[in-house]
Amino acid sequence: MTSAAIEANGLTAYFGTRKVVDELTMSVPRGSVFAFLGRNGSGKTTTIRMLLGLLAPTRGSSTVLGYDSRQLPPEARARVGYMSESHSLYEWMTVRQCGDFQSRFYPKWNPRVFDAVIGHFHLDLRAKAGDLSRGERAGLSLAITLAPEPELLVLDDPAIGLDPVARRSLLESMIHVTRGANRTIFFSSHLLDDVERVADYIAILDRSVLRASCSIDTFRASVRKFALHYGDAGAPPPQLPVIRGLLHARRSARDLTLTIATPDDDTRRLLGSLGATVIDEVPVTFDEAMIGYLGDRGDQQFFLKDIDAPQPVGDIA
Amino acid sequence: MSTPAGPLTITIQTGSTVSIHRQIVEQVCAAVFAGRIGDDEPLPSVRALAEQLVVNPNTVARAYGELTREGVLESRAGKGMFVSQRRQIYSARERARRMEQAVSSLVSEGFMLGFTPAEIVELVAAKTRHGASSKNTKQSLKSGAR
Repeated sequence: MTSAAIEANGLTAYFGTRKVVDELTMSVPRGSVFAFLGRNGSGKTTTIRMLLGLLAPTRGSSTVLGYDSRQLPPEARARVGYMSESHSLYEWMTVRQCGDFQSRFYPKWNPRVFDAVIGHFHLDLRAKAGDLSRGERAGLSLAITLAPEPELLVLDDPAIGLDPVARRSLLESMIHVTRGANRTIFFSSHLLDDVERVADYIAILDRSVLRASCSIDTFRASVRKFALHYGDAGAPPPQLPVIRGLLHARRSARDLTLTIATPDDDTRRLLGSLGATVIDEVPVTFDEAMIGYLGDRGDQQFFLKDIDAPQPVGDIA
Repeated sequence: MSTPAGPLTITIQTGSTVSIHRQIVEQVCAAVFAGRIGDDEPLPSVRALAEQLVVNPNTVARAYGELTREGVLESRAGKGMFVSQRRQIYSARERARRMEQAVSSLVSEGFMLGFTPAEIVELVAAKTRHGASSKNTKQSLKSGAR
């Protein structure tokens, strides 16, 4: 048995000849709130579909709560809650009826959780699902997903199209979920402020390739920014030497700003040799770090990791 | 937006260069040393503060853990987190060593930035005057002398 909620081992997907997910190996610790990040089209939804056994990988394997994703038994499925990007609801049912209808499929349905989420989103139980706004539909979907109290919650871009109030309600509901012991939330998102608030760990998928899988703190501590100032005497060198981990460079007449992943003493010595009169280390925000990381010109060989890689799964109970 | 009750008002800013964990540590510290939290007044539980601030409870737990290790807060069995009564968790020699370390790094940073000794002393004096105006600092000085 594994202690991870989700493990992926060399997970790879091709659509025709196009590689959509490339050798993805990662581990989602149980009890964590784990954000899955990356630009549109980087392969996040495809990865989620493979993890849940909704799409067969071309190569590689994965487990969910210790079970092989390709053969999830019904009892394992009942412990996983999944909310896809599109919220499919029966339009003619009221909010209350949607809850009652879904509750019959789940022996462990908790009406208090359903009501709490409905309350977070200020939904009227008598409203018809078909008349709800985008944010309200998301709230109802979330209530239906959370009420069976799944051990593992997988949310595919739950915040898409939500207004700021509904986004806050979503975050409150996610934090509410962590009241239960050992609940894991795995969610994809583009909203870095929200990720910063609720996530313990992040994974970054960049053009089909996993480029980071670590705690938010490790990520923030690893991406650094340096401002090199050139006084009246000089200007930044026209050509930069090779700087390991260089993610982003911006130059002006008298300044050179470099964003670098895990700089060490060698990096600092190298920066010292670039002829600047003053070198400042500038604090970086989480979104700056992320944008630097996902930029087009940076060092894309770079990989940040602080979670133990999954062991190859030999025997599955 | 709900206004948190009580004297501990923490504001979280996302998109800041300061991590959320650090923002909590700094703001609790500031409230304690400004005397805004009474000695017999429990701090919000990890869960309550996480829900109030809408942040991951593990982040709050880590901040409280750090504040406990630093001797700012103490956990009383079954009652919750309180402002630490025995603020001095270090021996006299260890206190002196830590203070010496802090002062020498302050002074060398000051020299590096081109401040004169007199300017450094003036800045430190201004800072301590500001801090001593609150009741808790006096209390902790008293308990330190015990």
